[in-house]
Amino acid sequence: MTSGLTTPLSGPAPVVDGETTKRRGWGWVLLVPGMLYLAVFFVFPTVQLFFTSLYDPSGSYEQGYAMTWHFANYVDAVKDTWNLFARSFAYAGIATVVCLALGYPLAYAIAFKAGAWKNFMLVLVIAPFFTSFLLRTLSWRTILSDQGPVTSLFQTVGVLPDDGRLLATPVAVIAGLIYNFMPFMTLPLYASLDKVDYRLVEAAGDLYSSPFTGFRKVTFPLSMPGVVSGTLLTFIPACGDYINAELLGTPKQYMVGNRIQSAFLTEHNYPLAASLSLILMAIVVVMVVVYVRRAGTEDLI
Amino acid sequence: MSTVAAPERAPSGARPSRRPVGRWLSDHLVLLVGILVLLYIFVPIGYIFALSFNQPSGRSATAQFESFTWSNWTSLCEPEGLCDSLKLSFEVSLTATLLATVLGTLMAFALVRHSFRGRAASNLVIFLPMATPEVVMGSSLLAMFVSVGFDSVLGFVTIVIAHVLFCLSFVVVTVKARLVGMDARLEQAAMDLYANEWQTFRLVTLPLAMPGIVAAAMLSFSLSFDDFIVTNFTSGQSITFPLYIYGAKLKDFPPQLFAVGTLMFCISFVFVIGAELWRRRRGAAAGR
Repeated sequence: MTSGLTTPLSGPAPVVDGETTKRRGWGWVLLVPGMLYLAVFFVFPTVQLFFTSLYDPSGSYEQGYAMTWHFANYVDAVKDTWNLFARSFAYAGIATVVCLALGYPLAYAIAFKAGAWKNFMLVLVIAPFFTSFLLRTLSWRTILSDQGPVTSLFQTVGVLPDDGRLLATPVAVIAGLIYNFMPFMTLPLYASLDKVDYRLVEAAGDLYSSPFTGFRKVTFPLSMPGVVSGTLLTFIPACGDYINAELLGTPKQYMVGNRIQSAFLTEHNYPLAASLSLILMAIVVVMVVVYVRRAGTEDLI
Repeated sequence: MSTVAAPERAPSGARPSRRPVGRWLSDHLVLLVGILVLLYIFVPIGYIFALSFNQPSGRSATAQFESFTWSNWTSLCEPEGLCDSLKLSFEVSLTATLLATVLGTLMAFALVRHSFRGRAASNLVIFLPMATPEVVMGSSLLAMFVSVGFDSVLGFVTIVIAHVLFCLSFVVVTVKARLVGMDARLEQAAMDLYANEWQTFRLVTLPLAMPGIVAAAMLSFSLSFDDFIVTNFTSGQSITFPLYIYGAKLKDFPPQLFAVGTLMFCISFVFVIGAELWRRRRGAAAGR
């Protein structure tokens, strides 16, 4: 490993084709600190959360809980909150689809049409990160409020009835989710589209495919890795989010995150909160695995 | 371009003129939609900017613009605890970014450059935190801190622990993407020219990987600085900037928050544009 004398004659040429050379040996050592970190602060707490979810629910924060392997916690949690789960996944699903519909043209424009403005437009995409997520959501709250410009515009146009409102409706919550997770969709899409060899798209055109067919058969399939990671990076945080529901909605729009948050931080009902958390995590992981398999981009993770 | 009509096309007489028009439209349509989406992204930012110059009639900020003032900008630190929360947020984010970038970069190198047993399992463990909703991560960390008796020290240390955790996977993924795309032949060339492993790493590998590492660090910093959910679980009595805003929304909302938001936006914007210009100049110099 220490020998610097790798002459061109010292054997068959190493891997070319841009493929990286993989070395055996002590390389795994580099992984140790990070893996230890994940073991202590991720795997261990998750296992512990699992045990917490099986505590006897008759205990309390002050008196402590008895471990009774109370699997019925899960049944109770689902019975109580299945509608919250359904709502969370519905909101997150709609938000993800709309993000894709808005983010794709944006990423496409940046990758292929922006020319010299490419990097500048990318900066504009991440610009929302530059100010606080809560401030932006609070701004939406006033923009969408009953006296706000959007509501009155919609009323004038007739999309909304005169006494209709946007704030405190599912529309506002979903709009908030869309807005807040948009960069997470656009950036991976851009990264994928930017790698697409535009000559392939031109070749499709030269072979008489219409621009639309060219897009459908060449550009879109090539951008699939970006679509998959973008939708995951949008969907996963969106289904656990509770800030948009809290600031833009009412308890009628609350998502499962709101319930977990209050069970943990205000009610101190740890067994309930833990079982809800684990159910949410399990559903998300299963959905992700199925989705990634289906999309056929398993090398992504 | 071509005079042969494709079978599925409209009558050929219309084609020569239709095709450039269609292409022009599709070119500019996408760009137009993209620009509209960008405008949408900027709506609340413009709103924050405008309200930073608003003089509310009461003590608390209001939604409507009332009258123009500079006073929010001249009294940034006046609201109690605002600047302390900003200071804490900076300390937390810098520490978390540094730790996550170092740990994550090492992991990315191990995963891309070396083969060993358990790579697939490692990849899975690194991916899982990204598939974990923040509320779950926050709650599991809190449960652990409470059970090992950390509840008395909840604060800077526990916030940093939590932030490093959710930044780590993003760093690994970002740096990995950069390393995978790197041309290994450059390093082989360095070795062929009698550079030893360390020289190759320092003079070739690291500079090539740097854009990925810098991007990962910037991503970590912004994720950490802006995090509310995980921080809310692990902060105890400490108040970071997002927690301060959240608390302020419940009581009176100091208008200075809009000024701070705008200031943060401007500083980051200048910083990012400056970095880009510097990169371009360096790129141009290197090209010569």
